[in-house]
Amino acid sequence: MIRTAWLVLKKDLTVEVRSLEIAYTTLFFAISCVLFFAFALVKEGKAPEDGAAGILWIAIAFGGTLALGRTFERERQSETLRALLMAPADRPAIYIGKLLGIIALLVAAELVLVPLVAFLFQAPLLSHPFWLGAVLLTGTIGFATVGTLFSAMLVRARSRDVLLPVLLYPITVPVIIAGVRATAALLQPDVELAIVQFWVALLIALDVVFLTLALWTFEPLMTD
Amino acid sequence: MLPVDFDDLTAEDVSRHFGRRRALSRISFQTHKGSILGLLGPNGAGKSTMLAVLATLLRPSSGAVRYGTHTPGASGAALRSRIGVLGHDLFLYPELTAHENLVFFAGLYGAPDPRQAANAALQRAGLADRAHDPVSSFSRGMRQRVALERALIHGPRLVLLDEPFTGLDDASTAALVSRLQGLRDGDAIVVLATHDLDLAEGLLDSALFLRDGRVAEAVARPDSLRSTYRSIMRRSP
Repeated sequence: MIRTAWLVLKKDLTVEVRSLEIAYTTLFFAISCVLFFAFALVKEGKAPEDGAAGILWIAIAFGGTLALGRTFERERQSETLRALLMAPADRPAIYIGKLLGIIALLVAAELVLVPLVAFLFQAPLLSHPFWLGAVLLTGTIGFATVGTLFSAMLVRARSRDVLLPVLLYPITVPVIIAGVRATAALLQPDVELAIVQFWVALLIALDVVFLTLALWTFEPLMTD
Repeated sequence: MLPVDFDDLTAEDVSRHFGRRRALSRISFQTHKGSILGLLGPNGAGKSTMLAVLATLLRPSSGAVRYGTHTPGASGAALRSRIGVLGHDLFLYPELTAHENLVFFAGLYGAPDPRQAANAALQRAGLADRAHDPVSSFSRGMRQRVALERALIHGPRLVLLDEPFTGLDDASTAALVSRLQGLRDGDAIVVLATHDLDLAEGLLDSALFLRDGRVAEAVARPDSLRSTYRSIMRRSP
């Protein structure tokens, strides 16, 4: 299973490095979001309190949705998804490989977004790098876990671009809320680590639940 | 995963519906190793659906497909490891090189040395000198050759081909015909869906004419396929 997941991940990253198609579109969209909010909300050099946390997660969610839509679209275009499903590999391993590729891409986007949001909104996002990393990673895993499953499920749907956010956002609301609250807690002048730890624990619990459900349902969803 | 093998392929009253549309209706046939079966018929006859059922990608709405004594429900992944499919779409990543595509699929099928398997496949395809070029830079015929080697890289017992002659020039067609004859000599079960009757005539050991998802005629020793085809098409549905 690990070997298959690694093969799929390596293949996805190689294709992405060659084309940079998903990376560019995701980053462009996410950075545009941040800039629009910065132009709208930052007045006379003063940013709204706690705004940075929400804007960071909006950019991650919107950019992530774009990336999720494209990752299976690529498999659909040359029907390689059928080839993947016909291979004697465990189908959950294929899902894990695709999921890891999306997580890697979103983490790379976050490496650009975090300093940008910190700069534009004068937010001390980097004052607790370990905890910020934990929040972003656990939140990204939760968001991508559900998104990868829905993206695979909708790959043959005609209106998949519309359906993906419609299905994805309601289910991932708890992840986004926990991510925003944990990030906002990190932006307080006196950071209470107990609050951050609570939200990270919640995010880990959500990740476990979503991942279990996704691994359980991927094979039946992709059959027929 | 326990290895499985089989000497024959049997479809028993296979039907497949998509909603209210009936794509296949009570298809039955049997074919054996060392033979090439042709699925012939016009567009929309059900050839590709039948291949998807044989590839275990679609479950029949009723009826069953047996691979020797094995069924897809019981043998799953082990059975898929003995099936190779060349679809109308070529199942290749255009951004990757021919070598990378073949290494990826060889790894997915559990080849002990995927690189060596890919190199050997590229030699067979006559594309060793283009191994490290992206597939997107290949002509249709070259892509088809890579795709065929992708389908055969794990040495499948059952080979399913959907319109494999589409877009090929004479030289590529001759190479494909020779490769298919080699598969028959190597005891593979080959099922070939095509509407190119002239090419099929010298190649097939048996043929199944499909029309509107039904078997219009089964021919054991196909010779004059075109006249048989015409007489079937003249019949009222």
